Amino acid sequence: MAKKLHISTTINGEPEEFLCAPSDTMLDVLRNELDLTGAKEGCGSGDCGACSITLDGTLVCSCLMLAAEAEGKEITTIEGMAAGETLHPLQQKFLEEAALQCGICTPGMLVAAKALLDQNPDPTETEVRFWLAGNLCRCTGYDKIVRAVMDTAAEMRGAAK
Amino acid sequence: MSSNDNKWIGESTIRPDGADKVTGRAAFAADSTMPGMIWGKVLRSPHAHAKIRSIDTSKAEALPGVKAVMTSADIVDFPIDTPFPLGIQDMRWMCRNVMARDKALFHGHPVAAVAAMTEAIAAEACKLIEVDYEVLPHAIEIDDALADDAPILHEWMEFDGKPSNIAGTLEHSKGDVEAGFAEADVIIERDFTTRPVHQGYIEPHACLVSVAADNKTTIWSSSQGQFMVRAMTALLTGMNQSDIRAIPAEIGGGFGGKTIIYLEPLATILSKKSGRPVKMTMTREEVMRASGPTSGSKSTVKIGVKKDGTITAAQGTYWLQAGGLPGAPVRGAVGCALAPYDIPNGHTFGYDVVCNRSKVAAYRAPGAPIGSFGVECVLDELAEEIGMDPLDLRLKNAAKEGTQAVHGPVYPVMGYVESLEAAKVHDHYKAPLGPNQGRGVASGFWFNAGGESSAQVNITEDGNVVVTTGHPDIGGSRAGIANICAELLGIDYKRVSVLIGDTATVGFSNLTGGSRVLFASSMVVTESTNKVIRTLCELAAKIWDIDPDAVEWEDGAARPAGANAGQFDPLTLAELAARANETGGPIGAGVQINTTGAEGGFGTHICDVEVDRELGIARVIRYTVLQDVGRAVHPAYVEGQMQGGAAQAIGWALNEEYLYDKDGKVDNPGFLDYRMPVASDLPMLDTYIIEVPNPKHPQGVRGVGEVPLVPGLSAVRNAIYDAIGVRFNDLPISPPRLAAALDMPEAAE
Repeated sequence: MAKKLHISTTINGEPEEFLCAPSDTMLDVLRNELDLTGAKEGCGSGDCGACSITLDGTLVCSCLMLAAEAEGKEITTIEGMAAGETLHPLQQKFLEEAALQCGICTPGMLVAAKALLDQNPDPTETEVRFWLAGNLCRCTGYDKIVRAVMDTAAEMRGAAK
Repeated sequence: MSSNDNKWIGESTIRPDGADKVTGRAAFAADSTMPGMIWGKVLRSPHAHAKIRSIDTSKAEALPGVKAVMTSADIVDFPIDTPFPLGIQDMRWMCRNVMARDKALFHGHPVAAVAAMTEAIAAEACKLIEVDYEVLPHAIEIDDALADDAPILHEWMEFDGKPSNIAGTLEHSKGDVEAGFAEADVIIERDFTTRPVHQGYIEPHACLVSVAADNKTTIWSSSQGQFMVRAMTALLTGMNQSDIRAIPAEIGGGFGGKTIIYLEPLATILSKKSGRPVKMTMTREEVMRASGPTSGSKSTVKIGVKKDGTITAAQGTYWLQAGGLPGAPVRGAVGCALAPYDIPNGHTFGYDVVCNRSKVAAYRAPGAPIGSFGVECVLDELAEEIGMDPLDLRLKNAAKEGTQAVHGPVYPVMGYVESLEAAKVHDHYKAPLGPNQGRGVASGFWFNAGGESSAQVNITEDGNVVVTTGHPDIGGSRAGIANICAELLGIDYKRVSVLIGDTATVGFSNLTGGSRVLFASSMVVTESTNKVIRTLCELAAKIWDIDPDAVEWEDGAARPAGANAGQFDPLTLAELAARANETGGPIGAGVQINTTGAEGGFGTHICDVEVDRELGIARVIRYTVLQDVGRAVHPAYVEGQMQGGAAQAIGWALNEEYLYDKDGKVDNPGFLDYRMPVASDLPMLDTYIIEVPNPKHPQGVRGVGEVPLVPGLSAVRNAIYDAIGVRFNDLPISPPRLAAALDMPEAAE
């Protein structure tokens, strides 16, 4: 078995080091080594988005990323989304508008939605739907998710004025 | 109490488990770990149908890091000739499904399992297990399984005195069908097929099991019923149920597919053998190959009407695929097919057909969409034939209070007619359509279910409330229960915590399934809360030294029931709780009942599609779900059920299907090629909630979750006909089929 690699990275703003096999995915390490189980494995093939994280600000499926690629990079996960006890407006809106049923897709959906709003604070419904097309939800039919993202965007634009 | 008087029932409150779910803290089954935990992996059959001559595990056992290996020899055998039903399953089939015994019945059927220090070692060890197979011819499709020279899956299975793949039949009959057809002015008979579709929960099956040296066992798993997990695991491993504590992890979607177990007995045996906690998770590929989809079907439906639209007779014959072991949802197909209509002469007949696919599991109104599909398609064609609006045709024949259904029951008060009337006047139904656009409607029915439920309501010392129920919360039921308990106690819903108990901490509760959870759990929670309120009134009576009957509970406090009872300041829940130790001790009540009175549910859907003639894609551009829900205790989650069901129906109608290769192996075992709807495939899904309270329920609740899958398949299909003039009788209406149909003369623009 190949020797483990020593990786230094930043996760949710904090410096982090871990050991991983060359074949370990970032999702494996987050879940099994770092106890960050908010990212879920729904498919392991980049089709469902339940494992969404950001890598230097870019939305990625952590199941498609090798853990070793985290060296020197900045990673954010769902665990880094709320500011202490204060939920991110997207998290709050998802609760208020019942944009989750079982909740398994929710962490990935929220990470993906935040990545959208970070670069496009005023998305159209079509833009939201296509941006989130890589995040599967089997419970909601997406209606309340899309509404929650658009309502959050409107609220954040209002607050920014 | 009218709904206008309610403060919490009917409010879309924030769910009690919400903050954990949006911050990634909620613990789903695969999120749990234990000290010393090792990993289990399953070796699966590479053949669709094969005899297992022998299994040699010695090389796997010798691999460093391997801690335990198991085969079907470790699982309790339930003999074929002795039925052993457990809920909707039979242990004879369960013991052969969790691990193949003498025969592998589908590609992906488990044949052995390994536990090792890492997942990689366990996977490596699986490759070292030597299985000697005698490969047999396979039957994947219904016609393959019914052919005269079909490979017979089970030598003990006979039908009409001959070896057969037909495992059983079910029939409903009313009146005289032949006489009814003789009265008809127009009769239409058509053949239909639907494909097996997967429930598509995003969370793969997973569990963590710890068996201690004294056999005391803890199971964390994702299921629709911790008591089902306990019972089946105990039976398959030969343990006492009292030695097993099954803890329901948060469940990442089920839709019926988690009313059955796969990994739990294997992990239990591996944990027992290794002396270590064992975690097992399925990959998506394993989920798609080896967990239950719902049946594929073929059917023939014949309906006769008079010129004025009166149905004189209706008949449906259905063949449903069960997978490798018996148990297709024939009851749902033959029972729900004609249920929305008042039909004087009706007959439905269904066959349960085994084939070399994974054993089916329940999927949202199991069998009902299959039964309904042909009926709603034929009605659409009949409406056109006699020149009647399709909603008017349904209204003309709609079942109502007092109607005797073809499947037997006489209906109580219900809101089916209301759903049709609301559809007729809905803006959606009157909106203009553009080129290549079409509109379809359909209705549907599901039985709904009652059954065993338990709850405990405890008042904390500081006067707040903890409710424990026994049903995994799959779509927000905790929020609905909090609303009901807060309403009855007259307190803020935030003071009510709702938890899901495990098998050791709450009384027996049947599955989360059949649209029964809010119906049944609100009955037991209501009864428990009312007992608590009686106790609180008695405590106040003691403090005031008056008769308990002279105390009433209102607005969160005990009050004298009128002037004659005396003049006392109200005693709030918090005040009474604080004095409980001096007035009588702990305040709490538990109730366990076998609930009854879950009446059937009805809904009507309107669907608009636009057909892209260049790409052969039908896109749903507007959709409205209208349904009688009895009472919407938490409207947002009621809407969520209606929207989610419609989305699954759209997927079933337009895209989802398994592709098998010539060796009987699923060719598309992943989300990329098994195409469920994504956000960009769907429009907003409008809902119209009708509330005709169920008179047999304290809050008027009816089941909600399953009905909205039923009409969707045919609503989409009927809309495509309206758009391009082609009646598709085979699902899915996927781009290759649609593109081919666009070349037909009737599809001309």
